[in-house]
Amino acid sequence: MEQTIVIEKGIFIVIIFAITMLMAMYATLAERKIAAWLQDRIGPNRAGKGGILQPLADGLKLFAKEEFFPNTPNRFLFIAGPAISMSTALMTSAVIPWGDKLHLFGRDIILQATDINVAMLFIFAVLSIGVYGIMIGGWASNNKFSLMSAMRAASQMISYEVAMGLAIIALVMMTGTLSLREMAAQQSGMNWNVFYQPVGFLIFLVCSFAETNRTPFDLAECEAELIGGYHTEYSSMKMGFYLFAEYASMFISSTILAVLYFGAYNYPGMQWAEENWGVNIANIIGIVVLFAKLCFFIFFYMWVRWTIPRFRYDQLMRLGWQMLIPLAIANIVVTGIVILLTQ
Amino acid sequence: MLTVFYILSAITLGTAFLTILSKNPIHSAIYLVLCFFSIAGHYLLFNAQFLAIVHIIVYSGAIMILMLFTIMLMNLNKEDEQNKSVLTRVAAAIALGLVAFILLATFIKAQPVIESYQVSGQDYQSIKVLGKVLLNEYMVPFEFASVLLLVSMIGAVLLSKKEHINS
Repeated sequence: MEQTIVIEKGIFIVIIFAITMLMAMYATLAERKIAAWLQDRIGPNRAGKGGILQPLADGLKLFAKEEFFPNTPNRFLFIAGPAISMSTALMTSAVIPWGDKLHLFGRDIILQATDINVAMLFIFAVLSIGVYGIMIGGWASNNKFSLMSAMRAASQMISYEVAMGLAIIALVMMTGTLSLREMAAQQSGMNWNVFYQPVGFLIFLVCSFAETNRTPFDLAECEAELIGGYHTEYSSMKMGFYLFAEYASMFISSTILAVLYFGAYNYPGMQWAEENWGVNIANIIGIVVLFAKLCFFIFFYMWVRWTIPRFRYDQLMRLGWQMLIPLAIANIVVTGIVILLTQ
Repeated sequence: MLTVFYILSAITLGTAFLTILSKNPIHSAIYLVLCFFSIAGHYLLFNAQFLAIVHIIVYSGAIMILMLFTIMLMNLNKEDEQNKSVLTRVAAAIALGLVAFILLATFIKAQPVIESYQVSGQDYQSIKVLGKVLLNEYMVPFEFASVLLLVSMIGAVLLSKKEHINS
């Protein structure tokens, strides 16, 4: 029994890893295609049909580039930077419920790598250590622009983590659990959290832009002031890892948004489908629904990137500390009062 | 289980020593982060998931990042390093000894309480039980801890304000 669970979870983790990589790969293509569409261009269309092989070509190009090392006394940390970024971007997917369960080979397979009861805190822990990748990489580059960019990224991430945590506290007060699986199960049908926590959702959304270093919050890679940002000195696949980590974390944070606020794998009529078409079909539709939701959020990230220009640094800090945090605290107070009154 | 414990302990002690011994302050800070991670691993061995994760969030995720931040900005050099007098070293040793004494006393004092919890059979790893215990039985110390944090925060604000007025 023990062994089958290990094998089952192992296969599941490999599948999630592959899907995350595939989604991150094609998110790079989607980014370019959407940018082209918003700017009335065609976008990449040479590699494969309609540019479908473009991510592979990009990857091949990055692998083939010269491995450049700057004159730094910290070669090990220089290599460790992108590695930390990449692994933290992938770690969060362990606690995400991708679906309810499948009934295969006479046993129920739960579609989640691990269901720890502090899943929400686990996500925050991984987010908070994700900063190290950028900080260590930026510092080990031995370049003042990289260092300044790393400092910016770190202070931005720390600032927005506070507001993000406060937004989540209101949600946790409402659902009464920190387990993502239970949160997903509570949102069955159209009972999505976004209808009960619209302000919390907005704060979380804005903060997730800041946490993934996406425009309008990508001050860390502000070319006009900082050359290329924290990865100025990086080349070849080490830089590829930094870029790839950004897309992987975008995919993961879209998933978290969908799971926390947009009903996870639930869709109206899931109960009915389960009774009439069986558990498997109902849950496969559920997985498809989850992916549709998260693809929308990925699209939303790109849509915002090509619509809104970058903030100034003081604007960014003011938004985080003077607007989002008081708003999040007010949201907690209001949620508390409403919970007290309705009980 | 025991092998995991030995490996974790070796990492904890090794990185703790390297924190003190390494010449470069950034390397020290990074070793300290690794040390904190291995301590979180020890908590996980006790099956205390909540404590482990909060430890990572607070120590590795917030405090050490701010520490790294300051060290990176200060640009410490060998020349700037002040030579500590013998008196400071003696004072540091005495302070450390007192802290160790208090810690030891706390653990010995807490032993009967911990045993009573172990006998009660409740799941003290779950956040629900932990929150109830913290806000019922240990309400007053909990509030005092938050007041302490508030005081230090106000102090920090005051320090930064004073500089502003003087200039």
